[in-house]
Amino acid sequence: MAKTAVQEFTKGLWAEIPPFRLVLGLCPVLAVTKTVENGIGMGVATTFVLICSNILISLLRNVIPKKVRIACFIVVIATFVTVVELVMQAFAYPLFLKLGIFIPLIVVNCIVLGRAEAFAAKNGVVASFADGLGIGVGFTLSLTALAIVREILGNGTFYDIPVFGPSFEPFSFMVQAPGAFVCLGLMLCIMNMLGKK
Amino acid sequence: MTDYILLIVACIFVNNILLMQYLGNCPFLGVSKKMETAVGMAMAVIFVLVMAGAITWIVDVYLLKTFGLEYLRTLSFILVIASLVQFVEMFLRKSIPGLYAGLGIFLPLITTNCAVMGVCLINIMEEYSFTQALVASFSYAVGFGLALVLFAGVRERIILARVPKPLQDTSIGLVTAGMLSLAFFAFKGMV
Repeated sequence: MAKTAVQEFTKGLWAEIPPFRLVLGLCPVLAVTKTVENGIGMGVATTFVLICSNILISLLRNVIPKKVRIACFIVVIATFVTVVELVMQAFAYPLFLKLGIFIPLIVVNCIVLGRAEAFAAKNGVVASFADGLGIGVGFTLSLTALAIVREILGNGTFYDIPVFGPSFEPFSFMVQAPGAFVCLGLMLCIMNMLGKK
Repeated sequence: MTDYILLIVACIFVNNILLMQYLGNCPFLGVSKKMETAVGMAMAVIFVLVMAGAITWIVDVYLLKTFGLEYLRTLSFILVIASLVQFVEMFLRKSIPGLYAGLGIFLPLITTNCAVMGVCLINIMEEYSFTQALVASFSYAVGFGLALVLFAGVRERIILARVPKPLQDTSIGLVTAGMLSLAFFAFKGMV
């Protein structure tokens, strides 16, 4: 049992790391990775929702009727998103303002609903917790990696600390929308090269 | 009148929902491999988004704000959208089977399309009036359709090109989207 839980956890870190291997939930990935702080904040918020919804859905999986399961999943997810929203308003207000619309939009993040449907609805509580944690941590790592590249190149800073000298000309393309797409595309390409057997 | 024209231009081009606001990217990459599916998805989004925009505005102003229940916004919006999509699906299947055959398979996907939920939230945050919200929803949806169809056209050509192996599929798709986004970037500052 413990061994399988560990496997479920580790698969989220490489074999099925979102959004590279599971190409889901791209919107927050592209939108909030302008700075490392935003990237980590979004990752943690999504991880929390993912773990909680996975646990609850796994507990309720025999109670929820098959036909209305998607609607039930969405209600569960929306509840936890509301919790995150309220907690962030209370304790991390500046971050909440920066992430703005993307906090409520965790509800429609395909990763969360995808894991509920594909995993939590079929597996036990421990495995679902491990799966949620693994995918969540993987998602946070991806967001952070992308944010590091974009912030360093686009702003010349890392976590708001200048990395280069004052003569550095920021590569502002990277923090704009086009840079987000290109950067993610190239990172996916690198992942594909590394993943080749 | 000019206000509305500016709003339309701003929503379709300057703040294009897909390429500038990063919303609705999953279907953007998912259904853009063929022109037919892209057009179907675009039509379905226009159809649902206008209705969702109107209904969520009414729900927010007359229900949530009146009773001070703003913290339930996320929950109620997603429920409104999900039930609306379900209802539209049932209605189309019974009364307009021709349209259902075209849009049917795209409708369930729309529930988790963040463009729909995103536009509804933007309407509220910008404090649009009812007509403005309606116009904005429609224009955002048209912008979504425009970007999706353009992208599908480009992707159909890419199939014929010789792409290096690691770059294939989603990877080259994202880079292409970046180029398209760069083109839309030229509209910035227009309004």
